[in-house]
Amino acid sequence: MLIKLTGGTVYDPASGIDGQVKTLYVQDGRFVKPPAEGVGIDKEYDLKGKVLMSGAIDMHTHIGGGKGNIARMLIPEDHRKDPVHRSDITRSGCGHAMPSTFTTGYRYAEMGYTAGFEPAILPINARQAHMEMADIPILDKGGYVMLGSDDYLLRMLTAKKDQKAINDYVAWTMNAAKAIGVKVVNPGGINAFKFNQRQLDLDEKNTHYQVTPREILQVLATAVKEIGVKHPLHVHGCNLGVPGNVDTTLDTMQGIGGLPMHLTHIQFHSYGTEGDFKFSSGGAAIAESINKHKNITADVGQILFGQTITASGDNMRQHANHGFANPNKWVCMDIECDAGCGVVPFKYRDQNFVNALQWAIGLEIFLLVDDPWRIFLTTDHPNGAPFTTYPHLIRLLMDKSFRNDMLATIHPEAQKMTTLASIDREYSLQEIAILTRAGAAKLVGLEDRGSLAEGAWADITVYTEDADREKMFEKPDYVFKDGELVVVDGKVVHTKWGTTHIVRPDWDNSVEKDLQKYFDRFMTMKVGNFKISDDEITEDGRGSLTTHGLNGVT
Amino acid sequence: MTEITEVPSPFCGIGTDDLTIQVDGLDVKVVENGCAINTPAFEQPITDTSARVDGKEVSLDIAVAKAAELLRASNQPVIGGCATDVNGMRGVMALADHSGAVVDNMNFTGARRNFLALQDSGWMNTTLAEIKNRCDLLLIVGVDLEGFAPRFFERYLWNQESMFLGDTSQREIIYIGKAPSGNASTSPVGVKAKVLPCADEDLPEVMAVLRALVKDKKIVAENICGIALSDLQAVAEQLKAAKYGVVTWAAGALNFDHAELMVQMLSEMVKDINNMDTRCSGFPLGGKEGDQTANQVCGWTSAYPARARFSSGFPEYDPFLYDSNAMLANGEADVLVWVQAFNVASVPPQTDKPAIVVARSGMLFDTEPDVFIPVGTPGIDHAGHAYRLDNVVAIRLKKCRDSGLPSTAEVLNAIEQAL
Repeated sequence: MLIKLTGGTVYDPASGIDGQVKTLYVQDGRFVKPPAEGVGIDKEYDLKGKVLMSGAIDMHTHIGGGKGNIARMLIPEDHRKDPVHRSDITRSGCGHAMPSTFTTGYRYAEMGYTAGFEPAILPINARQAHMEMADIPILDKGGYVMLGSDDYLLRMLTAKKDQKAINDYVAWTMNAAKAIGVKVVNPGGINAFKFNQRQLDLDEKNTHYQVTPREILQVLATAVKEIGVKHPLHVHGCNLGVPGNVDTTLDTMQGIGGLPMHLTHIQFHSYGTEGDFKFSSGGAAIAESINKHKNITADVGQILFGQTITASGDNMRQHANHGFANPNKWVCMDIECDAGCGVVPFKYRDQNFVNALQWAIGLEIFLLVDDPWRIFLTTDHPNGAPFTTYPHLIRLLMDKSFRNDMLATIHPEAQKMTTLASIDREYSLQEIAILTRAGAAKLVGLEDRGSLAEGAWADITVYTEDADREKMFEKPDYVFKDGELVVVDGKVVHTKWGTTHIVRPDWDNSVEKDLQKYFDRFMTMKVGNFKISDDEITEDGRGSLTTHGLNGVT
Repeated sequence: MTEITEVPSPFCGIGTDDLTIQVDGLDVKVVENGCAINTPAFEQPITDTSARVDGKEVSLDIAVAKAAELLRASNQPVIGGCATDVNGMRGVMALADHSGAVVDNMNFTGARRNFLALQDSGWMNTTLAEIKNRCDLLLIVGVDLEGFAPRFFERYLWNQESMFLGDTSQREIIYIGKAPSGNASTSPVGVKAKVLPCADEDLPEVMAVLRALVKDKKIVAENICGIALSDLQAVAEQLKAAKYGVVTWAAGALNFDHAELMVQMLSEMVKDINNMDTRCSGFPLGGKEGDQTANQVCGWTSAYPARARFSSGFPEYDPFLYDSNAMLANGEADVLVWVQAFNVASVPPQTDKPAIVVARSGMLFDTEPDVFIPVGTPGIDHAGHAYRLDNVVAIRLKKCRDSGLPSTAEVLNAIEQAL
């Protein structure tokens, strides 16, 4: 089927197109050259006056894996407020803070998103992450496998194994867990918590392994680079949420010595200790450091006010914060000598000084980082807020007067502690397209996605211009996934299944000999049963794997 | 005859994956690492190969059409059992959504004791590999652990090597409530477990006192339901002195009213200990008959555990009202779908309502159901996934023989399509 998209105003940063009127053609799921004269068009959409972007990509959203399902089980009262009715083409479910899988897919698509990446796949829980994501319709998906608190890696570091051995282990694990990136969460901290350590700063040693977070970051960032994975090491740093953690975060950026590194939900790591409440914004210092260090990328993890639930691999910090649980119930788990998780419901309130300042700090970072290719739009769904708040967040970035109106409503002491009111920047449509499309595709390492160029997959969102950017972005006129029309006027009209994006870095087979011994001695399953095979993703006829390329391996 | 090694088991709940089996045609024999639960479950012969409607053998298509007809005529179907693999459970969810059924896992009334505690205050839990490598004290409350999982001690406590314990035989084992039925809990060097027996229904009182003692509260009574206060005091001290204590219980074994309050008491005690400068974790036992699988899949598909109703067009959760047995008994439900791919002894509840049974080949009935469709067993007849009791690890089940039986998912999806 040949589709013609006529006369839309195109924002395609990947191709350097910034608001030009263009006509695009789609065939067999991809953008194609204009057809020769006389070739019949099967379907034409008149998009004059409409805004065209590629489908949006959420590069950090907790949509698959055990902690999300624990979060669902924990808060039935939250689901009851947002039941989702089935229809002839869609499944029923529940929405709000931690939606069911089907609802997750529909609601992302209805906002113009066509891909989401689960950032915290525990190797031992990777099957669950993929099985949950297999039940998310429409979206493409993928994930980053978590390392850094696993006993195997820490044993390697204590035994002074060389970088090559660590590279092999990282590559092997990415293959076994079907990942496209590698994440580290509170480097070594989840492990240290099992030895009853309650905090772990960048240079503090794990009492058992005598290894520091800095060493873990160094070997993992090196491994990711050397095995050629395009997505830089994805780092949830030390001391999440701790006043004063801005210094640790600055040190983390500086200390990595130029290696590519992505700092996730950096808002939660940008706190100072000034002022009457000993809690202040480190937003400006963080933004300045990102501007200076070109090897660094970051997503914000913006908080927005209201009820949500936080689900993290960082059980050390989640346990420390359990006193803030609202409602007052929470779960922490130690998991399989691999990692852990902590699930704590949160209600961010604009009249709470800390929450109000967190809100402002996130926005400061968005607005003070110069390069839109190195900053990404996230709420760390559901931790800062559910993903359904994105249109509101986009309006905050694009509309200074709206932003300042909101600022005027938050806790008065927080207003005094932020420079937000003095920041004039308003994001352009092209910049939003970079943050949520072209930049995200580049950062994750996706080929042929996040672009409207010939040859790319036809994931497309069509919006109606509206000065109220929240209205504009919450209800696209059309969304196409792989060239198929899936959303009209912000409602799903057709569903399909997306693919799972992975990479397959090489490793030396000998690594598995040691792993087999380790599994037989200490683990609870055979190493052969640990590895996820391709057919586990594809055998039901709905799933597929898309393998992306690697950087040249040195 | 072929021999297959490293076979994972969906039956025992603890995810043993070191079985060796011999397959000869349709016959399966466990030759290594079997146990009282896994061996008979693997060796159960295939007897039914054909679907039946009203007791007469029919083609699968006819049985599916009849099942769809019954569901179409139903005002409120219930899907009970829900004992199958992940894909089978996906089929349950799709069918429930389409037909407006109640989904009710057969072990939910037991599991409810955990869900009520979880949804009221939460918990701090751990998983099997952490126990194997870290646990220096195991407190077993109200359950005969070796009866529950015959190889639990061998695999996870008396393992020769662990990463963080110098000598695994020095682990301390304490029972409160039910005494062990055998000697599996006796350490390799002959140290017997400490046993403080009491009646099941006294466990709430005993655990309340234990938690109070952990928190250094003064207790005046000297004897708590037959247990000397000094013995409980010693347990409290052991829990606080342990580096990585684990408290385990089986919700299904707690057959007394409001057992959820004991689960909550125990879970809150574990949290308390983690605020006393050491670590401690809970460890709920379950994972039988696909119960964790049912709750996981129902969880991500509907956002609720596996006792949910879809007749309003969206999922509604009520851990009491949507009890399928009660709904059948009091006339709220008018068709039963019973899904049981693992266990032929787990027959559907007695009911005068029409019954559609999608179950393991070999199930025998007192009353022949309206529709019976024998299905393959996940992990023997087809590949699949099942959750282990610790709810984190999904094991990859293998296909071990070619029986030609359809999977639960194939049958349920066919019925759903036929609606």
